[in-house]
Amino acid sequence: MRLSGKGLIDRTKPVSFRFDGNVFQGFEGDTVASALMANEVKLVARSFKYHRPRGVMGAGSEEANALLTVGRGAAQDPNVRATMQEIFDGLETRSQNRWPSLHWDMLSVNDLAAPFLGAGFYYKTFMWPKAFWEKIYEPIIRRSAGLGALSGAHNPDRYEKAFAFCDLLVIGAGPAGLMAALTAARAGADVILAEEDRLMGGRLNGETEEVGGMAGADWAAGVVAELEAMPNVRLMTRTTVTGAYDQGTYGALERVAHHLGDRGGRPLECFWRIVAKRAILCAGAIERPVAFQNNDRPGIMTASAVRTYLNRYGVAPGRRVTVFGNNDGVHQTARDLIAAGVHVAAVIDNRRDATDSNDYPVYRGAEVCNSSGRKGLESVTFRSLSGEDKVETDCLAVSGGWNPSVHLTCHMNGRPVWNEAIQSFVPVDGMIPGMTTAGACQGTFSTHGALSEGAAQAIVALDTLGISAKVTDIPKAEDAPYEVAPLWAVGGKGRAWLDFQNDVTVKDVKQAASENFASVEHMKRYTTQGMSPDQGKNSNVAALAVLADATGRGIPETGTTTFRPPYVPVSIASLGAGAQGAGFAPQRFTTSHNVSVDRGAPMIEAGLWYRPSFFPARGEKTWRQSCDREVNMVRNAVGVCDVSTLGKIDIQGPDAGAFLDFVYTNMFSTLKVGRTRYGLMLREDGTVMDDGTTARLGEQRYVMTTTTAAAGPVLRHLEFVHQCLCPQMDVQMISVTEQWAQFAVAGPKARDLLNDLVDDDLADENWPFMACGPIKVLGVGGRLFRISFSGERAYEIAVPARFGESLFGELNRRAEALGGGLYGMEALNVLRIEKGFITHAEIHGRVTAFDIGMERMVSAKKDCVGKTMSERPGLSGADREQLVGLKPVGPVKQLTAGAHLFEVGAAAVRENEQGYTTSVGYSPTMESYLGLAFLRNGRGRHGEEVVMVDHLRDVTARCVVCDPVFFDPEGGRVRG
Amino acid sequence: MAEMNAKSPCDGLLPIAAGDVHLSEIPMTLMTSISPFKGQTAALSEALKAAHGMALPAPNRATGRDGARVVWIGREQVMLIGPEPAASLEAHGALTDQSDAWAVVRLYGEGAEDVLARLVPVDLRAAVFKRGHTVRTMLQHMSVSITRVGDSAFQIMAFRSMAKTLVHEVETAMKGVAARDAS
Amino acid sequence: MRITCPICGERDRREFYYVGDAVALSRPDPDDGDIAWDDYVHNRDNPAGVTRDLWYHEGGCGAWLVVTRNTVTHEVLQTELASDAKEAMA
Repeated sequence: MRLSGKGLIDRTKPVSFRFDGNVFQGFEGDTVASALMANEVKLVARSFKYHRPRGVMGAGSEEANALLTVGRGAAQDPNVRATMQEIFDGLETRSQNRWPSLHWDMLSVNDLAAPFLGAGFYYKTFMWPKAFWEKIYEPIIRRSAGLGALSGAHNPDRYEKAFAFCDLLVIGAGPAGLMAALTAARAGADVILAEEDRLMGGRLNGETEEVGGMAGADWAAGVVAELEAMPNVRLMTRTTVTGAYDQGTYGALERVAHHLGDRGGRPLECFWRIVAKRAILCAGAIERPVAFQNNDRPGIMTASAVRTYLNRYGVAPGRRVTVFGNNDGVHQTARDLIAAGVHVAAVIDNRRDATDSNDYPVYRGAEVCNSSGRKGLESVTFRSLSGEDKVETDCLAVSGGWNPSVHLTCHMNGRPVWNEAIQSFVPVDGMIPGMTTAGACQGTFSTHGALSEGAAQAIVALDTLGISAKVTDIPKAEDAPYEVAPLWAVGGKGRAWLDFQNDVTVKDVKQAASENFASVEHMKRYTTQGMSPDQGKNSNVAALAVLADATGRGIPETGTTTFRPPYVPVSIASLGAGAQGAGFAPQRFTTSHNVSVDRGAPMIEAGLWYRPSFFPARGEKTWRQSCDREVNMVRNAVGVCDVSTLGKIDIQGPDAGAFLDFVYTNMFSTLKVGRTRYGLMLREDGTVMDDGTTARLGEQRYVMTTTTAAAGPVLRHLEFVHQCLCPQMDVQMISVTEQWAQFAVAGPKARDLLNDLVDDDLADENWPFMACGPIKVLGVGGRLFRISFSGERAYEIAVPARFGESLFGELNRRAEALGGGLYGMEALNVLRIEKGFITHAEIHGRVTAFDIGMERMVSAKKDCVGKTMSERPGLSGADREQLVGLKPVGPVKQLTAGAHLFEVGAAAVRENEQGYTTSVGYSPTMESYLGLAFLRNGRGRHGEEVVMVDHLRDVTARCVVCDPVFFDPEGGRVRG
Repeated sequence: MAEMNAKSPCDGLLPIAAGDVHLSEIPMTLMTSISPFKGQTAALSEALKAAHGMALPAPNRATGRDGARVVWIGREQVMLIGPEPAASLEAHGALTDQSDAWAVVRLYGEGAEDVLARLVPVDLRAAVFKRGHTVRTMLQHMSVSITRVGDSAFQIMAFRSMAKTLVHEVETAMKGVAARDAS
Repeated sequence: MRITCPICGERDRREFYYVGDAVALSRPDPDDGDIAWDDYVHNRDNPAGVTRDLWYHEGGCGAWLVVTRNTVTHEVLQTELASDAKEAMA
């Protein structure tokens, strides 16, 4: 019911929205919770396990009951707290965990089965038969218990992340936070003030109390206005600081557009990483409910929530309100209700010495022990010295005292301590380095105390940064002492809820204790207490108290569980903002990319790079047809392939040669200028790391090539070797991968193609195999390397990347004129398999130089990285799986990669495994499938037959073992 | 006779704008990485000053101006941008042509800092990151060099092959900032 | 987590690549024997407390760093250039 003349809502701006298909009216400034309450909608949700009817319980982010699904279709957002969702025109919300409707929920039969569904139910019931768990039990449980669901479709919403830096981060903008921020800002510090609410002011917006002689909310608005005008302050509303991390880093979730119907291109959320030199936690406190029989009916809520709905939203949560609690807050609630014209049915105060009142009936030393009403509260039963009595009421405001919001202080393993006076846990100094606490989260519950502590902590924090802040006048405010009597659970038979969200009752906690799950961590896991989306904010302390009582220990001895980030649920989408689709990883494109795409080449990912798979010609229907043609083209005419993706590292300096001798197994200091050499690189543990060619361009200058995949790791390794192992060496290195567009021109007609493209005579006496040097390409300065990965006469020609596309097109035209053309990765792979050249399919991290037949490349004349360890026993010898070639000789002519090898006649089981295939391809040159494989003692078994078995693809082929170099073993073609 | 046509890294991708923030490609010029040999740092700095009028910048700093700049780009590495490197430098350090290796763009306008705050984990606000300051850092997942070249203007360098991703990332952030500023 | 690079200043952890124990600086001589090499390449302590390890400022200046930190409190106690640390060992 809406009250006139009250609240911080804009009554000139009506808003309509939908809940479960019905249209409701509210005002700008309302949340879904306040607007539904204004429309007297009490039943808004069903509980997790028992499908109990539930209503709004609080007014903040800790809300445990009123979880809704917002939006429709792919973008639907489940488990949104109705107390945080601001309304806007067109907002669509739905209740959750009910079927077919909120009011007629079939699964509310679970509530009748409650005696069987207590703590440990799953563990005890679904034990047998084991096979039933995955197929039967789990699906049924998942369907019957739970909260909202994601749509399962791709989420089209945009999320953002951002970084911010400040001297002082103030977390929470209640009286303590505002005062801290104001004090620091006036001193000139760089301040960020983060507040999860739409409005700054905290409790001041929900109370009638005055600050500095004016309404508390007005005082807060005045401070915000002053802060807003200061350039050194960043005010962040709708922003929850969710975690405290190492070295002053804080995570914060900003809800940018959840409150907007038209987002106008804004992201839905932004996840901030805030780096703060100092922080002050001013997170306030959360009022705790009291456990009694049927304490979860719609209409039962915290007393502070009732005051917030009254004072901030101008909504009466009921017509006949009862207030129950153990502290003076209950009387403030009654006074506020009466001032707003709402009837107070009774005030039930468990303190025998509670103050009486002439305005409303007070029952001292009494406790509410039951409630009734099916889908909304109709009456409560209370017990006093004079016996049990019943009062008709449609709203019960409950206060069991306050729990300081210590959560963030615990994020780095700190433990809060028990404070007897306030019957709750409070933080101690130093739990988070650089962060202090002020106000209610520190256990200081008076407004005056909060204001003073906020200012004082700001001065201390700034002092550590060398900024002196002046003591600001503390405005006059309420300074009443907080007196509270322990009141956790009212005795009685029925179910009394602790964790509303996970349907955990007092009985469950007691049962856990009686079944010896008496440690708080065991009780939590056995009952699921505190493991729901609210993470026990509303219930953990009470549950601990119940456990302490059941085990006969005190609460401090019982201890707490650990609060971990995030403080409120955070969408994975916001944490990973930007890193989906094109933002998942950088895409690297070669200069020939557009030409390849235009030619219809399917592009495949090679690391971050995109490379053409093959170039389909007219009439070709399968990739194999294209691949075979491209292989034949290289073997018989000339082919062109972009090899720019290989890593290229420029290495210079007086010690460049000595450095390469140390990182490669073979010698490079002896390489002549103008020549290129194949090099093998080991890890320090003796396995092969990478291979490639390195060219000597000058006395003190080399350019190393790495495989595409290893370009980054190899540069990192070279820097490691230089900086960590031999910093005395005078050598410098830098990647030049991006500088050069480099193309392989391979085939018998390669020289014909290049001859009049470059300014030099490519006669073999000038440019023998493995020669390299500078050259002019159509007038542009470039480099030429006579190296080959195909076994044919081949050159790699490099020009500055800006000319790459142009040169690629020209090479293609010339190749086609000579009966050749472009070739892609498939053909490149077949060409190198025919020649037995290795890639990372072979040097996969477990093979040694011996395994690939290159042990003689490990120079005996010098030390190098990996040499000592490569000489260990077991890394060479007949027991090793060694690189061999395979050719099918049986009826099955196909080979597959990743298949296993067995002796003929042996069962194809793991114990008999002799090796495995690494690379296979159909060779049009040899008119057969060819495979590279590792086979135990393989080099001694050439000519022997083995069986290849691929259990995955169901292929079995008899093969003959041979040398891995299938084609032109003498290497005559490469030399011309 | 065929001709070799030059194509810049951001060809066809830039310029773009959103709200008050603009992103444009800086025309390609000579870029030479220079790394001093052992014990040659001071001599290299002298040679740079003599030949190009700019000293070797300290880490996180850039010297010079538009057209002739030396930008620190890493441990024992600077980038000479603009001039043809003088032969006198070769005795003191490793010189490597990098003119084609980088996509170089200019992000400018009120709000450029807010755009970068969505991409870069370093404090680039004017009070701490002044004109002539530079960083090597990450822009989303890319390694970049960022230099403040004006009151609200930054030069961003990323690997040439990643130009499209660079533009995508910056454009996304620009749109997000512009949408918020519009309110 | 934030690490202060001696060259670049304090930076977010995402710019750094973690490797492992700083024992990697103490490469044995080839003939120091199996035990020395096993200790160098394979054997590692897993201390609850102060540890020295190598990080690479891959997303920044490219320097290798020796970072001394506490695995219990996550406090970073010291950072130095690996090249300086190695030269100091000579």
